[in-house]
Amino acid sequence: MPHLAIERWAKSADYPPDSPVVLTVEGTHGLLIHAVTKAAAERGARPGARLTDARALDPTFIAVPADPESDAALVDRLARWAGRWSPLVEVDGDGLRLDVTGVSHLFGGEAGLVRDMKRRFAALGFTVRVAIAPTAAAAWALSHFGGDEIEPLHVSALRLDLDTVRTLERLGLKTVGALMDMPRLALARRFRGAEDVVEALDRMTGRKPEPLTAAAVDPPPRALIKLEEPATHPEAASQALERLVPMLVRELEERKLGARQLSLIGYRVDGSVGMASVATAIPSREPKHLQRLLADKAAELNPEFGFDAFALTAGWAEELGAAQESLVEEPSGERELARLIDRLTVKLGPQHVRRPQPHESHLPERASGWGAAISSPAFAGEVAREARRRGPSTSYADPPPLEIEGRKVRPQRLLDRAEAIDVIYATPEGVPRRFVWRRAVHDIARVEGPERIAPEWWRQPSSARLRDYYRVEDQAGRRYWIYREGLIGDGRGGLPNWYIHGLFG
Amino acid sequence: MAAGLSLVSGGASRAPEKVQLENELGAPWRLPAPSIPTLSELFAVHPRDGGWAGFLLAQLATERPLLWVQDRMAILESGRIHPPGLPTQDLIHVEARDAKDALWAMEEGVRCSCLAAVIGEIWGDPKTLDFVATRRLAVAAERSGTPCWLVRLGGNANLSGARMRWRIGSAPSLANSLDQRASGLPAWDAELFRARGHPPGRWVASEADRFHLVAASGDRALGEKRRLSA
Repeated sequence: MPHLAIERWAKSADYPPDSPVVLTVEGTHGLLIHAVTKAAAERGARPGARLTDARALDPTFIAVPADPESDAALVDRLARWAGRWSPLVEVDGDGLRLDVTGVSHLFGGEAGLVRDMKRRFAALGFTVRVAIAPTAAAAWALSHFGGDEIEPLHVSALRLDLDTVRTLERLGLKTVGALMDMPRLALARRFRGAEDVVEALDRMTGRKPEPLTAAAVDPPPRALIKLEEPATHPEAASQALERLVPMLVRELEERKLGARQLSLIGYRVDGSVGMASVATAIPSREPKHLQRLLADKAAELNPEFGFDAFALTAGWAEELGAAQESLVEEPSGERELARLIDRLTVKLGPQHVRRPQPHESHLPERASGWGAAISSPAFAGEVAREARRRGPSTSYADPPPLEIEGRKVRPQRLLDRAEAIDVIYATPEGVPRRFVWRRAVHDIARVEGPERIAPEWWRQPSSARLRDYYRVEDQAGRRYWIYREGLIGDGRGGLPNWYIHGLFG
Repeated sequence: MAAGLSLVSGGASRAPEKVQLENELGAPWRLPAPSIPTLSELFAVHPRDGGWAGFLLAQLATERPLLWVQDRMAILESGRIHPPGLPTQDLIHVEARDAKDALWAMEEGVRCSCLAAVIGEIWGDPKTLDFVATRRLAVAAERSGTPCWLVRLGGNANLSGARMRWRIGSAPSLANSLDQRASGLPAWDAELFRARGHPPGRWVASEADRFHLVAASGDRALGEKRRLSA
């Protein structure tokens, strides 16, 4: 895309089309010209020249600061949009590289593919130079320097740095063809290290592979529909989803996969894309379930100027054997639970739907870790079995045990942040008598403790103080878990503070 | 429902004879329970009284996972559930932004027959929590057979479709035979103020093999004597 910057600018600016505008960037010695309009080019402005030099030629140039970041963002957006031609698209500076192996026949051969690309980019108002070549380097050279053969191209088509090119020119090697005729050994000996001419040459001739990104060995399951006419009605995405889900499920079935993550991508006519993604707790290829998950998000996709293609991709798929749940269509408990988690997570977000993830720690707030429910599918087995084995073992005559099979008694509820309370207690280490929490006075009728929990010195600062936990019961029978942080004279601060941390049921 | 609670003492305030006749003090006793799993509403007498949680947990079956929904205010005001203190670790916790999301999550859970129970804590009296919303939950719970507990913290008992409505507070715990100064088994003051097919009443209950009746509130001596003789 040789004129990307100026074309992007022209789309958003309201200068008359024939005004001599130059886009400038900050250079080491003042402003440099980054891109020029056609009118400016005719009056002698060249990209790369200094603005002051250009102004000396013609003082009427209008200088506008360029915005390389937005340009890059646009290229990124266009790269995603170019997914309509090939699943493998890579951004390369101000250009795009597509792996069109085995794709071109879908668009009427390579010539048809090039035509289609040029037409669609022209419709967006961008000039593109398209070249298809057996190697990525050759395609880059042909698209930037034109022509059908690489031999007559100038050596700078090899994308070498400026000094190397200058050296080659001085040696009389001006074209790629001339370079190819040289003995490899001599070239390799003359140009070593960073300016490796041989390697660049190999990349161009295909002797050395240059893969585009990390090419996925197994392309993710994907279903695609192209629309004859851009669809602008709001239900377009939902309707496309209805058609795409069975297509994708068929592919998943053939490959014995289940989707863990699904994306519905809508390609808009203006070169942008709309995307809706969901994740599932266990691999699934049940059309009804997948559709239900995506339906809400699909309905929110805004068609803007209209969608002209939709793709549904299972970005993350796991193996799922051909399984029949039962003769009657009644999902098993575990699967039903996973579906419930999926639905809750899609609507409320993974950080709000969680399962306990116990930590090996004595600090209560650390011990009760939480993990997103959607990413802990194998959960039910272990923890539940253990909890069942533990069971409620109290009987009527027994006092409540301090420990149940090695576990300390813990409150049912924990405050997210322990709250400071005012406590009357017998110093230095006496039991609490009365405390004030949220301005309400609680007279302590019964108290049990302390249970001392030392700070975890291996991860807390050395000034962290120990905690003495008490289970207290006030006159009304309400049971709380409070602690005193620190001791008098422990050398880690002044008088100890009291906090309330939990509520017993 | 699991046989986790026993009535320790107390008389039904409005229909005393029947309950007293059926249940000796200190004897295993069944809570008045609806014939099929349905929606029950629990009012905490005070938002900073966690007693209802013990009362509720003692009645839960834990073979299957629990869905526990808390809205944001409930978490801020009376704490987040703490799995090490719960009888089961097999649960899904939902932190809902508001009552609307909480009710939606509860309804999704209640429709699913793979759960042991759905517990939803809602703070105050939100507009979305009206008769229609509770009625929907009750019907869904009865259809799927998943018991649903709607816990109201700091709320008023307005119109509701719940089949049983309780008001639960902590009661002074039973005597601890090992340490006179320490709390014993927790006890709860449970008032059933509206129920379909059951007379209202008020009991003090404690956890044991079953619910046990304890001495009426304030009469600790009776409860202790009963407990020791049992």
